[in-house]
Amino acid sequence: MIKEGLLYAKTHEWLKVEGKEALVGISDHAQEALGDVVFIELPKVGAVIKKGEAFGAVESVKAASDMYLPISGKVLEVNSDLESTPENLNSDPYGSWIARIEILDEKEFKDLADHTEYKEED
Amino acid sequence: MKKTALYENHLKLNAKMIEYANYEMPVYYEGINAEHLSVRTHMGIFDVSHMGEFLIEGEDALRFVNYLVSNVIEDDLTKVTYALLLNDDGYPLDDLLVYVVQKNKILLVVNAGNKEKDLLWVTKQAKKFDVTVRDLTNDYSQVAIQGPKVKETIDQLLDTTVSDLSFMTFKIVPYQDGHVIVSRTGYTGEDGFEIYGYHDFIIKLWDDALNVGVKPCGLGARDTLRFQANLPLYGQEIAEDITPYEAGLSFAVKLDKEDFLGKKACINHKANKTRKLVGFELLERNIPRHGYIVLKDEKEIGIVTTGYLLPDYDKPIGLALVDSNYGDLKTEIQIQIRNKAVPAVIRNKKFYTKNYKK
Repeated sequence: MIKEGLLYAKTHEWLKVEGKEALVGISDHAQEALGDVVFIELPKVGAVIKKGEAFGAVESVKAASDMYLPISGKVLEVNSDLESTPENLNSDPYGSWIARIEILDEKEFKDLADHTEYKEED
Repeated sequence: MKKTALYENHLKLNAKMIEYANYEMPVYYEGINAEHLSVRTHMGIFDVSHMGEFLIEGEDALRFVNYLVSNVIEDDLTKVTYALLLNDDGYPLDDLLVYVVQKNKILLVVNAGNKEKDLLWVTKQAKKFDVTVRDLTNDYSQVAIQGPKVKETIDQLLDTTVSDLSFMTFKIVPYQDGHVIVSRTGYTGEDGFEIYGYHDFIIKLWDDALNVGVKPCGLGARDTLRFQANLPLYGQEIAEDITPYEAGLSFAVKLDKEDFLGKKACINHKANKTRKLVGFELLERNIPRHGYIVLKDEKEIGIVTTGYLLPDYDKPIGLALVDSNYGDLKTEIQIQIRNKAVPAVIRNKKFYTKNYKK
């Protein structure tokens, strides 16, 4: 399932732009490929992370997978509820935001896909 | 890529398929956690037809197999023996189960990922003996039915009595218009049976098992279950660069046996053990994984062989091969996970206590 109104990275993270800030999560395809998510490693609040760099990791029983920030940003807030309920990433991937970031360079949006362009593959 | 005879059955169940040892195999159906719990509390069935089966036949079969493998193989048509296939340097090429199925006929069950290598080795060693070696892998399917409720169901499923088998024994029983081999063995830490037979027999057994409520389980749960029960996996706890003594498998190496491949080297390995397989638990929530580095005060002392955060264990746990100097119980260590050294403590390897009679 691909949700309208979000921007997507090729590495299957979504970005919901809200003015100068954005929420970041993982796509339905990403959670489906992972299987039961049992652990999440969140970024540190205040961290400045460049586009395409790992901002945390999600892990299923079987495998660990880095999550990459779709655009450069400064972490303003993390969804620490996910540490105790990581399975919400499976049941509600678009409702489970992982981090709220300050957008550092809007020009980077051009490298992301909208819901019509995003492909659920790899 | 190869497929097992149950491939279509897996697709019908919407299994998540992965490549494993050049086979397309189910890693899970519903989910690894659900399947893991099902085997611990009820019953699960696994397609393990990718395992290799070699038949050793001939006058010298017993003498040859005793030369080939590390454990003692008795002339006993009921016993299943776990053994190692060692190279001349005393390192494991594989671990395997040995069944003396008939007089002068011995079945070796080997790991899927090693079978080509094993077959070359076994065939080469067989030249000095009056035996033939046949690879029967493609002729047979195999399923494992595991869990505390299996003993109440298995006789009905096979329409004969096998629940009287004791652990690590087998019998050959009639099934449909032929026979199957049934052994009270497994790789989960639960009671259960492994059944070998022609493809159509095993497909029928699979369907019948699902119909009476046995849950289909994939390779994902097979790995979490065997790990929790401290059963080693080739490629992780067992490898061509880990001696049987380092891996804690000395029980399967019988140095008092007359002669076997790798014996001389093993005498030396036994006296010179520098590493040890240990259990550990993390003191923070995270997941230790195969290949992660083990540290003691920033010094590298070993490597994680397997680790998991399991659905029925409250702490993340793992097995690691470490420098023996740091292998004592309660030693504080760290596991390098991404950019963090996560604190951990060495403990025993018994993460799960088996509940069935041995």
